[in-house]
Amino acid sequence: MNKALCSVAVLGLSLFCSRSWGEFVVEVTRGQDDAIPIAIVPFSPPDTDAGSFDVARVVADDLARSGRFKAMDRKDMIEQPHNGAGIGFDDWRRLGNDYILVGLMVPQGQDRYNISFELFNVLNRQRLLSYQISANRTGLRLASHQIADMVFDKILGIRGAFATRIAYISVVGSLPNRTYRLIVADADGENPHIVIQSNEPLMSPAWSPDGQTLAYVSFEDRLPSIYVQVLKTGERRRVSARAGVNQAPAWSPDGRKLALTLSTRDGNLDVYVLDPATQALTRITDDPGIDTEPQWSKDGQNLYFTSDRAGGPQIYRIGIQPGDHPRRLTFQGNYNARPRLSPDESQLAFVTQEDGAYRIAVMDLKGRGEVQVLTKGRFDVSPSFAPNGAMIIYASRDRGRGVLALVSADGRVQERLVASEGEVQEPAWSPF
Amino acid sequence: MGRSMTKMLSIGCLCAAAALLAGCPKKATTVEPPSAGTQIPGFGAGGAGSAGTTALGSNTGTMGAGSQGAGAGGALARNVIYFDFDKSDIKPEYADVISAHARNLTTHPNLKLKLEGNTDQRGTREYNIGLGERRAQAVRRALMLQGVAESQLTTVSFGAERPAVEGDDEAAWAKNRRADMVYTP
Repeated sequence: MNKALCSVAVLGLSLFCSRSWGEFVVEVTRGQDDAIPIAIVPFSPPDTDAGSFDVARVVADDLARSGRFKAMDRKDMIEQPHNGAGIGFDDWRRLGNDYILVGLMVPQGQDRYNISFELFNVLNRQRLLSYQISANRTGLRLASHQIADMVFDKILGIRGAFATRIAYISVVGSLPNRTYRLIVADADGENPHIVIQSNEPLMSPAWSPDGQTLAYVSFEDRLPSIYVQVLKTGERRRVSARAGVNQAPAWSPDGRKLALTLSTRDGNLDVYVLDPATQALTRITDDPGIDTEPQWSKDGQNLYFTSDRAGGPQIYRIGIQPGDHPRRLTFQGNYNARPRLSPDESQLAFVTQEDGAYRIAVMDLKGRGEVQVLTKGRFDVSPSFAPNGAMIIYASRDRGRGVLALVSADGRVQERLVASEGEVQEPAWSPF
Repeated sequence: MGRSMTKMLSIGCLCAAAALLAGCPKKATTVEPPSAGTQIPGFGAGGAGSAGTTALGSNTGTMGAGSQGAGAGGALARNVIYFDFDKSDIKPEYADVISAHARNLTTHPNLKLKLEGNTDQRGTREYNIGLGERRAQAVRRALMLQGVAESQLTTVSFGAERPAVEGDDEAAWAKNRRADMVYTP
């Protein structure tokens, strides 16, 4: 799953090969009160060398960032066992831990490591996990995320999403010298790679269901077109460059079609479905208002979208079969836009306007459509669910800059990711 | 990686501290609002990075091949129309701008004008594309009503993606809710 992206120079745009750029600072602004205390003991090999990768640190950061765990401070660890036999459970219990993860990294030859680890319930001393992962040096970060996934899943019964990726748009500089970059990074913001860079806007990154391809909008030549780009090879294809608007691409669940927004000559925006292979186009909405921001249902039979046909933007759902009429879903307030479905379709996230502020809200789709506003910023937009549905990443503004932020699907955990350079916006969380 | 993360963390802390002190933490320079006649976004032949300073009235070579500014420099040299929040109707103060450009276009049928619609930074990005398009279309319709041929006009919406002025306040927003009129070759 190593993202080596190859480089091709095309039309004044640049695609870069494995070039690291910028990093994020994670600020937890609100943690969960009942976070589970866990001790994650350093995995360092017996002959610790200064340059070795700190697996336990990545695992601890992942679990802490979920808001559901509180990782014990290393400073408080009076001993550092590497396996179950070395654990003095009473001591760890006295220090307030419910769980303990111990492990060992053993080098095997030039570039390879064997990571063995065990997870214990401190209270009843039961061993919950015993596992080994083999990885080379460049795979250690991913291996760490996979360990965090296993711990998360074992304790909470929810699949972990720590080994996933995020795409986002970075903007540096001011007009007329702005640089736009579409970046893919690990879900914790590490390891960023530039997918494409341009002097003109890039927008709306959308992951294909298999996680191999990104669709996005590019304003190369100062006109918007939709491109799809294979991440491994950098190969890109322009799939829609019709006159007027080409925006808001959204992959169908089978990865074969794109819903998108096009415009008529008179500037009427509507939702369409495009088969990129054949260029067959089906019109889905036909209404003088702005109809945009389509999202597919899991069965591929319905589209959620934003429409201001009733005055201000609201969220609707329509069947893609001809003749189906859209059903309005949001009724609170004058501005509800940009729907995003949770992976299990139990929730709909969207942007709502509340007291003049734009915030992320979720609607309960399984119950009575109850709406909960999750965030407290003034300009919170672009929500995207993690593939396990537990967290939502979104764009916010902080001290005059565009930043990314995270909120748990129940609103209890809130975090901010501040890039070291420029503005960041439009995050999209990858599938598993 | 851990070390550079720590470095980034300290820089993050420093920036936060500086922000508290200065209230203005952006590393990137803030662009100055364009004053009339200088570095108007979109002015000129549509090239990104067109940085020419142009005094009011002297528009040689920037209106398309083989043309000079028709009539008095004033209204024709203005090529930005600003809008109220959530609105795409053209305010009366821009009537002369519309007329001047309409006259220019009808007099020189070889000229083409691109209308670029923009919004301020509030709201969702893709919906803002729609609002920007509305503004570009409003200008397009106004010009066509004054006799400009459809074939001379194209619209493009940049939504909130190309703010002329950065800032999270009404002073900046007002300068971003705009339609830029860009003559293209």
